[in-house]
Amino acid sequence: MKNYTDETVRMIAEKARIMRRDIVQMIYTAGSGHPGGSLSATDIIASLYFHVMRHRPQEPNWPDRDRFVLSKGHAAPALYAALAESGYFPVEELLNLRKIGHMLQGHPSMKTTPGVDMSTGSLGQGLSAAIGMALAGRMDRKDYMVYAILGDGEIEEGQIWEAAMFAAHYKVDNLVAFLDKNGLQIDGPTDAVMCSEPLADKWIAFGWHVIEIDGHDIPQILDAIAEAKAIKEKPVMIIAHTVKGKGVSFMENVVGFHGKAPNDEQYRQAIREIGLGEIGVMK
Amino acid sequence: MKWEMAAPRDKYAETLISLAKEGKDIVVLDADLSSSTRTARFGKEFPERFFNAGIAEQNMMGVAAGLATTGKTVFASTFAVFATGRAYDQIRQSVAHPRLNVKIVATHAGITVGGDGASHQIIEDIALMTALPGMTVISPVDIHETEKAVRELADMDGPAYMRLSRSAMPVVTDENAPFEIGKGSVLRKGDDVSIIATGIMVSRAIEAAEELKEKGISASVVNISTIKPIDRPLIVSEAKRTGAVVTAEEHNVIGGLGYAVASVISEEYPVPVKMVGIEDTFGESGSPGELLEKYGLTAAHIMVAAEDALRMKR
Repeated sequence: MKNYTDETVRMIAEKARIMRRDIVQMIYTAGSGHPGGSLSATDIIASLYFHVMRHRPQEPNWPDRDRFVLSKGHAAPALYAALAESGYFPVEELLNLRKIGHMLQGHPSMKTTPGVDMSTGSLGQGLSAAIGMALAGRMDRKDYMVYAILGDGEIEEGQIWEAAMFAAHYKVDNLVAFLDKNGLQIDGPTDAVMCSEPLADKWIAFGWHVIEIDGHDIPQILDAIAEAKAIKEKPVMIIAHTVKGKGVSFMENVVGFHGKAPNDEQYRQAIREIGLGEIGVMK
Repeated sequence: MKWEMAAPRDKYAETLISLAKEGKDIVVLDADLSSSTRTARFGKEFPERFFNAGIAEQNMMGVAAGLATTGKTVFASTFAVFATGRAYDQIRQSVAHPRLNVKIVATHAGITVGGDGASHQIIEDIALMTALPGMTVISPVDIHETEKAVRELADMDGPAYMRLSRSAMPVVTDENAPFEIGKGSVLRKGDDVSIIATGIMVSRAIEAAEELKEKGISASVVNISTIKPIDRPLIVSEAKRTGAVVTAEEHNVIGGLGYAVASVISEEYPVPVKMVGIEDTFGESGSPGELLEKYGLTAAHIMVAAEDALRMKR
């Protein structure tokens, strides 16, 4: 059963568009960062922050909030855009990304940035932390959910599979993980660098309920989350097929934009394509 | 000397159980070594507060971190070699950098692990953990300090590492002696040389001091159970009073108590420092007693070092 309206879908899509502008501009301004994997995760993060998650931007440590762990921490710009656009801190702060003395670290840091629920950056670790948060919720009889996003390169880390076993063993069902399957990692296509297929079969074999979606189709994202929340006694992995660099034509499926800022000309083109103007200079 | 012997790991589990009974919001994790670390005893009493992560220390540290983000105090236990070696990056990234309330209490530290050999005898855990910004590092001397340290860890905010031996340890402190994280204690007061020791080497330092007395040398014995933050004022006052220092630890001489003491002394009041510890080599299988003898961790080794330090004194 659909628990959202077409208006909701349009609202999330618009937020995602704003986030993409923010991502491009903050990385351009910082002169470094990871646009590709930020843009592939944007629609999922927009769906979570602007519709699905129960959270209070004015009270970031609200004990009953839903949690979000960006296990693929290099997609920090996408998280920061969602936090800023939610009101955790001023949007202008995004332009201080990676600058000394400012709150937005190159990778998420829970001690410096309001709204960041877990520090991540060294790949493979966030899922474990998300499981810990989910266990705590269960122990305290709280009904919050924990969401996590993993990269498809990240799951090459062994700790992910330790965590996968653990979550299934302890029947952690207040956890929904996404696998941002954009198919690329720093050294090339994931299938060429280290093939992790068959992915769905692996998670199923580890005892997870698996849902596969188009990670840029907002109704599919929302439907998958609704399905996931209804699954009991099992953790859920939503394998989201995505496009690295999604929304900026020359970044799409280009491995070189994993960890590179656009140059001046590329930046102007990206901002034109997104069509919302710039932070501080709205269209 | 005849010592009363008692196992700190038994006291660790006992204290955890007491804390939970007192209503502390603690959670205990282990990685398939709960019968050895004794956390299984806690798990039996409080199954809803205990999670066995299986043989997966990296995930255990991450789960501990996640639990701690919600306000719980988490005790994570396994052997010291796996806790600090296998899961070093998880401790660094998921526990230490976010300054989460995870207390890593590891047993089987040092070479007194014995028969299991070098693969299981970590002699660099203090070096690894003290190098992490903001990490408190504790090496209790006996069961009484173990109990007090676990209680303080439960109240203290932030990450900490505590190393315990596999073996029973001599009981050298009084049950009612004061204990505070960051504070050392003078167990014997002497004027000629200060022996600053930690863990199992404290009892050997006391034995050495007794024998030095026969030779007319008056030695202080200082127990340092908090390696970090180290008790700077106490170390400096010893250096000033005796003018010669010996350190003793069941750890590599590189990066352990000796380095910490030497850095304080060289910065604040330079006097000779001789270090007794494992001389940058891996251990091997053997009985704890044989290993301590072979790797230079006896009262006799401390005495030699004390006499060397005295000779260097100007």
